[in-house]
Order: sequence, then structure tokens, then C-alpha cells
Amino acid sequence: MYGNDFTQQPIVEIAEDDADFQAILDADGRIEPRDAMPEAYRKNLIRQIAQHAHSEIIGMQPEGNWITRAPSLKRKAILMAKVQDEAGHGLYLYAAAETLGADRADLLDLLHTGRQKYSSIFNYPTLTWADMGAIGWLVDGAGIVNQVPLCRCSYGPYARAMVRVCKEESFHQRQGFEILHTLSHGTPAQKAMAQDAVDRWWWPSLMMFGPPDESSPNTERSMRWGIKRFSNDELRQRFVDMTVPQAQALDLTLPDPQLSWDAATGHWEYGAIDFTELFEVIKGNGPCNAQRMAHRRRAHEEGAWVREAALAYATKRDAEREAEPPAAVA
Amino acid sequence: MIGSKPAELSPSGQAITWSDSDKSVAVGAYALRLGDDALVLAHRMAEWIASAPELEEDVALANIGLDLLGQARMLLTYAGEVDGTGRSEDDLAYFRDEREFVNCQLVELPNGDFAVTMARMLVFAAYQYELYDRLCSSSDETLAAVAAKAVKEVAYHRDHATRWVLRLGDGTAESQQRMQAALDVVWPYVSELFEGNELVHGLVGGGIAVDPAELRDPTTDYLTTVIEQATLTVPDTSVWHTGGRRGIHTEALGYLLAEMQHLARTHPGAPW
Ligand SMILES: [Fe+2]
Ligand SMILES: [Fe+2]
Repeated sequence: MYGNDFTQQPIVEIAEDDADFQAILDADGRIEPRDAMPEAYRKNLIRQIAQHAHSEIIGMQPEGNWITRAPSLKRKAILMAKVQDEAGHGLYLYAAAETLGADRADLLDLLHTGRQKYSSIFNYPTLTWADMGAIGWLVDGAGIVNQVPLCRCSYGPYARAMVRVCKEESFHQRQGFEILHTLSHGTPAQKAMAQDAVDRWWWPSLMMFGPPDESSPNTERSMRWGIKRFSNDELRQRFVDMTVPQAQALDLTLPDPQLSWDAATGHWEYGAIDFTELFEVIKGNGPCNAQRMAHRRRAHEEGAWVREAALAYATKRDAEREAEPPAAVA
Repeated sequence: MIGSKPAELSPSGQAITWSDSDKSVAVGAYALRLGDDALVLAHRMAEWIASAPELEEDVALANIGLDLLGQARMLLTYAGEVDGTGRSEDDLAYFRDEREFVNCQLVELPNGDFAVTMARMLVFAAYQYELYDRLCSSSDETLAAVAAKAVKEVAYHRDHATRWVLRLGDGTAESQQRMQAALDVVWPYVSELFEGNELVHGLVGGGIAVDPAELRDPTTDYLTTVIEQATLTVPDTSVWHTGGRRGIHTEALGYLLAEMQHLARTHPGAPW
């Protein structure tokens, strides 16, 4: 999913010990919608997919924030297409959750009432145009690291949705990199704008991988169920290793004085992450939690009359069709 | 009926004799007029993203906005080339002031509720469809090529708006009332679409441009059919607003441009 940074709720306990099911999983088999599956697996998967879907649609807001101000028509078109992709990701994911018996309207209700979360990264503000670059490069980049292993997740519809999503995410990451590259090689003011954005988005991006492994109680079971393939810290390390050379190519610095190459492990070492910030944002105290939720609820409430009208219209047409087929309706 | 006897110059039919450079300037101005319409409406579509009544509609409105933005980019690029000024699409989009924009007022109106957005889309797409359908046979190859691509896109926009106007008009009591109110809001801006001026008429004579007056009947017929099928009433308007083609706009355009242009203007000449 976008991040593993939103669920502090305990995972639903597996009630039954389904040996057949575990055998399929252990053989790395795919579970399909009609297969028997333990209720706990189904419930946890619905929640994971739903929270992933919520992240996609809430994630439209911070970037949608800059579409009308994009500084060139080419950038405007790219950004619009990107935000549109995120809406599409939301659609695929809600559809995947529906194959497990969930209903999109109910899932949205859980989001709107705060009973389900979305990735905390979207609770940070997009203050300058360079944030469009930093989000694409770092946030979509972290999303890719999280999502690529999900292309092999045990639940077929989720895995297949991830394959489509990942293709688009790599385009998102590239356009973010390009924005920053252009800024970094532009005027001094543009370069400063790019550096400022990277300074603000680096640490929150690392937090997208969730709490450290020792305080991530759900990882072990999710791995056994094949809905998670690598631990939070493994994924975080993979992201850091991938990103540091890209920062060098951008000629931008990452705001971590302790960042250093460890020849022995073959990894980039990074400084301590302030997870108290993550927990505050998850609790709802991030800079934009209230704003994002208010926006989402407002869009939903203001659209209610439209959805009701569409339903009423469809009902009328169905009734007509039954009364005197074939009705002449455009 | 949309508009009484139009106050526009009626096409005289007499071919204006232009020098080649005058003609190029005129073609540029015509492309700009079409491009500004698409650019400004693309901006209004973009404002909907993440605020639509349902997720499918976020996708659809973004799609329509992207189509319009694509049209705008081709038309503005061509305008800056053909008129010999060498202005880029971004020079034209970001570095002109309110009075230099020649879009019709309809496209700059604030989105309002979803019904207003759909009423405007219905009108504008119906008009654009008739326009591009004819412009496909323009003697100007670039305009003909733009039109050939755009007419397919606009057919989808018109269809999308039609479906929504039918649903909202013949949906619930509330949606019917909102949809009718929305038509009433946009209607005074419809007649402007069919106005020409000397420049356009000169190009019509050369087989380059489409005479806007020619679009009035087919557009009106389409709109009337949809509105009546949606159990709504064609507004009875006696006031017609106009001026966009002369750079006289509603107050809304200044805010739209302030938002669209501020970043580019803060860093003039910077690459993005
Ligand atoms: Fe996405
Ligand atoms: Fe993305």
C-alpha cells in the first residue's frame, strides 16, 4: 500500500486454524474470491485494501492543490493525469475490496467517520510547486517500494490491481524526479525551492514504511498470510538505498547528517527517525488531518443529491422498461 | 430560441483581401480564440478534481479537462507560430492579462454546483461539437487536424453532459430544481458563442474558419432536445451577455488568471 503507517489497531485474530488454507499459502498459491478463506484473513484484507484505497483518494488532495497553479501547461497536463491516475487506483482498489464482500459506500463511510485510516503522509501540506516534485519522487517512490511486493500478494484481485497501479506509480515517480531535476538546475530561487521541499518531505517519507519492526506487532501474521512480504525496516532500507544515489543525481541533499555508506553491509545507514511525530499524525494531530477529512466529507455530502438523482433516474428507467419494453430512452 | 436577432455583424460573404501576413495574424487570432476557450474551461474542470460527487466523476472530469487542455496547447502553440510572434503556449497562457484573453464568458463562469457544471458542459460541448465537425474541412491544415482530433473528444464530453442532464432533470425533485436553476444561470451566456466579428468572417470567406452563426441552429436543436427529454424547460432569457471575444470578461476571469499565472510570473523565464 502507499504506506504502512496508519494502522495501530490490533489485527483481527485468526479464529479458525485452516490447514488447507495455510497449505495453499505456503505453496505460494493465489487465493481467489470464490476460494474458501478464514474470516480473519478476509477481514484483515478488506481493511488493508480499503485503507490503501482511502490513501489513494485522500492523496488526490495535496497534489490537486497545485493543478490550477502549475507553472507550465505541460506540467499542468502531467499533474492532472497523475491525480486522475490516483482516482483510478482508488477505483481498482475499492473494486478489489468488493470482491471480498465489502461495499464501497460502507468503506467510504468508515473513512468519513474516522474508523478507517489513510496513509499519514497525506496529512502534510503542499506549500510550493517543488512539493509536486518531492511527492512524486519520494512519496510515490516509497509507494512503489511498498507496492511492488504486493504484486505477488496472496489475494489475486489485490495482486492484479497492484500490477496496474505499480506501472503508473513508476511514471509518477519519474515525473516527480524530473520536476526536481529541472528546479535544481534552474534559477537559484528554484533550486532553493527544490531543496526546501526535499527537506520537508524526506523524514515523513521514511515514516511511510511504518513503525520499526520491533514495535510492529502485525507484521509476522501478515507475512504468514502472504499479504506482506518484507518487514517495515527492510522496505525502508530498500527505499533509502534506492533514493540516496538519486538525490546525488538531482544535486540535492537529504536532510540527515548521519547518512553514510556502510561498505560492510552494502547499505546506506540513516539517522534515527522521530516516530513520535508519526504517532501524533496518526492520532489526528498532523498539520492537515482535519483539513483533508473535512474536504473529503464535504465533497461526499455535496455530491449526495447527485448520487440520489442518478439512482432515482435509473429506478424510473427500470420501471419503464418493465412496464412497456422497449422504452425509448436516449 | 437562443438569442433574438444577433447583434453581430452578419457575414457579408464578400472576401476580404488580405496580405499573407495579415492573414497569418488573423489565423493566429482565430486559433487563440478557440484555444482560450479550451484553456479556461480546462482550468474549471481541474477545479473539480478531488471534489466530485463520486470517484468515477473525478476521473471523468479530469479526462475532459485533459482533453480541453490538450486542445488548448495545440491551438495556442499554433497561434504563436502562425502569427509570427514566436510566442510559446506558455507565453500566451501565462503572460497575457485579462483584457488580452479572447475566450467566451461562458467558460470562465465559476463552476457552481454539479448541475451548473453540467449545464455549461452540455452547452459548450454541443457548440464545440458543431464547430469542430465543420472545422475538420478547414483549408488550414493545422486547424483541420486539431479539429479532427478534438471532435471525437468533444463528442464524448457532449454525451457525458447529456447523460447527467437527463439524470438530474428527471431524477429527484431537488435535482430537477437544481438542474433547471443551472440552465437559467448559464443561458444568458449562450448567444455569445454564435457571434462572429470581422476577423472571423474574413477567415470564413477563405474557407479557414467556421462561421459561428451557422452553429446556432444545430446547437440549439441539440440542446432543446436534451432539455425537453430531461423534463426541463429551455430558459426564457432576454438578457444576453457578451464581450469575451473583445477581452471584456466577467469578474471571475481575473481571479482564475491570478491563480493560474502567479507562479510562472513570479519566475519569468525560468524553466519548469
Ligand atoms: Fe496511486
Ligand atoms: Fe501515485
